[in-house]
Amino acid sequence: MAAMAPGGASSSEIYKGNAPRLLLPTWVVIGVFLLVPVALMAIYSFLTKEFRGGVIWEFTLAAYDQFFLDRGLFGDEPPSIEWTYITIFWRSIWQAGLATVLCLLIGFPTAWFIATRDARMRTVWLLVVTVPYWVNLLIRTVSMKFLIRDEGPLNAFLLWTGVIDQPLGLINTNLAVQLGLFYSYLPFMVLPIYAAVERYDFALSEAAADLYADRWTILRLVILPVVKPGLVAGCILVFVPSLGAFLAPDLLGGAKSFMIGSLIEEQFKGAAGNWPFGAAAAMILMTIVMIVLLVYARSQTREAAA
Amino acid sequence: MRQLDLRRFPGFFAVTMLCVVVLYAPLMVVAVYSFNASSSITLWGGFSLDWYADVFTGPEAPKFRVAAMNSLIIAVLAGCGATIIATAAAVAMHRAGRFRGKTASFALINLPLMVPEVVTAVASLIFFTAIGFSGGVGTILLAHLTFCIPFAYLPIAARMQSIPDAYEQAAMDLYATPWEAFRLVLLPLMMPGIFSGFLLAFIISLDDFLITNFVKGAGVETLPTAIFGAVKQGIKPNIMAISTLMLGVSVVFVTLSWLIGRSGQRDKA
Amino acid sequence: MNVPLLGYEPINGWYHPGKEKQFRGWFGIVTGTVISIDRVVKSFGTFTALHEVSLDIADNEFFTLLGPSGCGKTTLLRCIAGFEPVSGGQIRLHGEDIAPLPPFKRPVNTVFQHYALFPHMTVLENVMFGLQRLGWSVVDAEGRAKQALELVHLSQFLKRRPGQLSGGQQQRVALARALAPEPKVLLLDEPLSALDLKLRQAVRMELKQIQRETGIAFVFVTHDQEEALTMSDRIAVMSDGHVQQIGTPREIYEAPANRFVADFIGETNLIEVPVLGIEGGMAEVSLPGGRALRCPTPLTGPVGQGVLSLRPERIDLCAPGEADLVVTATDQVYLGTDIQLKATLAGGQELTIRLQNALATRLPEAGTQVGLKLEAGAARLLAA
Repeated sequence: MAAMAPGGASSSEIYKGNAPRLLLPTWVVIGVFLLVPVALMAIYSFLTKEFRGGVIWEFTLAAYDQFFLDRGLFGDEPPSIEWTYITIFWRSIWQAGLATVLCLLIGFPTAWFIATRDARMRTVWLLVVTVPYWVNLLIRTVSMKFLIRDEGPLNAFLLWTGVIDQPLGLINTNLAVQLGLFYSYLPFMVLPIYAAVERYDFALSEAAADLYADRWTILRLVILPVVKPGLVAGCILVFVPSLGAFLAPDLLGGAKSFMIGSLIEEQFKGAAGNWPFGAAAAMILMTIVMIVLLVYARSQTREAAA
Repeated sequence: MRQLDLRRFPGFFAVTMLCVVVLYAPLMVVAVYSFNASSSITLWGGFSLDWYADVFTGPEAPKFRVAAMNSLIIAVLAGCGATIIATAAAVAMHRAGRFRGKTASFALINLPLMVPEVVTAVASLIFFTAIGFSGGVGTILLAHLTFCIPFAYLPIAARMQSIPDAYEQAAMDLYATPWEAFRLVLLPLMMPGIFSGFLLAFIISLDDFLITNFVKGAGVETLPTAIFGAVKQGIKPNIMAISTLMLGVSVVFVTLSWLIGRSGQRDKA
Repeated sequence: MNVPLLGYEPINGWYHPGKEKQFRGWFGIVTGTVISIDRVVKSFGTFTALHEVSLDIADNEFFTLLGPSGCGKTTLLRCIAGFEPVSGGQIRLHGEDIAPLPPFKRPVNTVFQHYALFPHMTVLENVMFGLQRLGWSVVDAEGRAKQALELVHLSQFLKRRPGQLSGGQQQRVALARALAPEPKVLLLDEPLSALDLKLRQAVRMELKQIQRETGIAFVFVTHDQEEALTMSDRIAVMSDGHVQQIGTPREIYEAPANRFVADFIGETNLIEVPVLGIEGGMAEVSLPGGRALRCPTPLTGPVGQGVLSLRPERIDLCAPGEADLVVTATDQVYLGTDIQLKATLAGGQELTIRLQNALATRLPEAGTQVGLKLEAGAARLLAA
């Protein structure tokens, strides 16, 4: 190991002056194929819809109006708040939040358990927990649907054992969606918590125990505050993709668990065919996500400064 | 040691086991049912490989074969492209000192991770439609290349950060030009990171459904969109066989990347 | 007397045979200047790491840059190697300014602090690396590399990877790798700091011997004064980006130029005294208690007040009647070979005295008055 110690590595400036050349491809690709499209999408959300899909280049606030305000069937009533889409967004936030809590409740003990194994078993356990993440998300979601549907193996097993006498009716419920989201993003929760716990200095636990704290008091007053950055990072990593998820709500949820992802998809691929409205919904989703990330980034820099 | 092990919390092992069961039960059930002789997806009719035969020779075989080829070609090209772009970016971010626009560049590299997938999908669809580009596989490839960059960047940058620049300084002290120092010293040392970066980008590309579904031209399918289309009409046993095959491919890839990562660590020792 | 030490002459690159004709000298005898640091300034933003540093390093010399961490010694080394561009001044190699050259165009090689051996190459490949960059053929490079490894007694490990070697062996490979291209100057950046104490002491002598055998000028950076004193032909003591003193180990220990050097090299007692007069390198000062003392000094002009440096090992006990200083003993520390005696002057100032253990049978009890005799060379007057 002696040969590796970085020894301060004060200034990595070996290729100083080459940064523009080296970063040019990144700027071109992400700039042209993400930054420009997002800007274009923002513009589209202010354009007039074309009924066959697409837009007419006329500026209007109609998409946002449709999202937030109800003007009656023929658009001639005094505007009141339109709850349909706000409800869908609220449900998405709620579902994503519950999935995040579920991930946290399962993810923390799992990450803790893994991080306290010896080095060799740790890699094995990490592999065990991350392998499903490498399996295609669609296939995982389909597998979940297959498992929990009313005629599926889960219900068959429970009926056979006599635990239940009729199918659980899990499929097409909010719970199924939460389960699907949990299943999709659990590794995102486990890995950052694991990284935080691995760095945790167990002398802190010993110090707390020496000062008369019992096991659960140590967890509450010492461990959780110390590994909090890992917990927060995990929650962000689960919450953000859950919010805009499409596959889990689409395949596992019913009409009552319609989420943002499906709402937007319907505007472009489905029957609704309202591009400006879809763009506006996407803008609102992106705004929410950016606010979450900004608040997170701010708290990070504050913590780093403290 | 037995009386008070502060690393141990009662119930944590049980939760971990629950976690593992939840993660693996659906995949295992599907894998088992893919060997079902019965065409019913509910009843067990004995072991058979019929559905695997169906995947390769059945009526839907040509459709899935084309979709699989598309997926593979896109994943290889997008993976390679993203790996090269990310390697150059990592060198700039970790070996070029401070420069104007560094923070902005870092944000840009990570932008595809921060923008929700469905938003990227919508924006890409609008963009490709607006410029009148509906190249089928071409649009998918460009979209994949874009969102694969941060995934390739993560392991490459992590690896590069762990390589002290003393190695390149030593090379240049021994009369290597900057390009030789990169080619003969930095690049070989980065190789495990570059492999992991490529594998991650490759898997992510193979995994994508939502963005592909938005930007794909009419009639062009990748494996996930083809499976999604089929699932919409009900889960059939041949889908379970395909899923199991893809599960196998994923396991092979994880093992591969794990082994490469381990050899990288051995290099360091 | 120009012996091609490793038996080969470099084929091309920076090597100019004409310039090598000058007499290199015998062991330790300095003949010509190889590196001339001329008013080199280095600043990082608003922080100035080197303030117009000037020093000459001779051919065939073991030269040490010594100072506490942050004094600028490593920065100076990196400036010579070419890793840090200088902000001002010249670095001349045989009279040519090399400051504008990138590191790979300087005939100077470095042994890095943590060796920086390429982990993906074998020991032999590591040592061949520089030679191949200079355009040597594989056969020639291999021959020279093997000789260089022989010089450091590592011929049996050619095919090993650096990771399979011990710290001491890695250090030798790093040395062989830097020596193989026969640089004009070898730079060593605290190369012993990663070794454990016993090994460090053994390697010191070996390093010094290799320097003599090869005749290459070594510039050695360390914060360890014992290392510097035992190995160097000359030492430059640095602090805060300034060179405080350049001299042989004996000179900087026996005749420190200022308060910093006296304090940093070895142990010393510093007490403020009024100066009675200075003439011809000798000063007359008034000791606490009233006795006058003549002692050497680097100062010239008339000064009212100075600092007297008293080396603890050159102070002895005596009867209070014939004493230079009278103190009250306060404490003793047992150090094995020595015993350290702590005492205070009447003014409350603490003094440390080192007595050899064998002679220290008559140690004063704490609280008793003791007379101190300043032996020859014990005192030196420095600027306050």
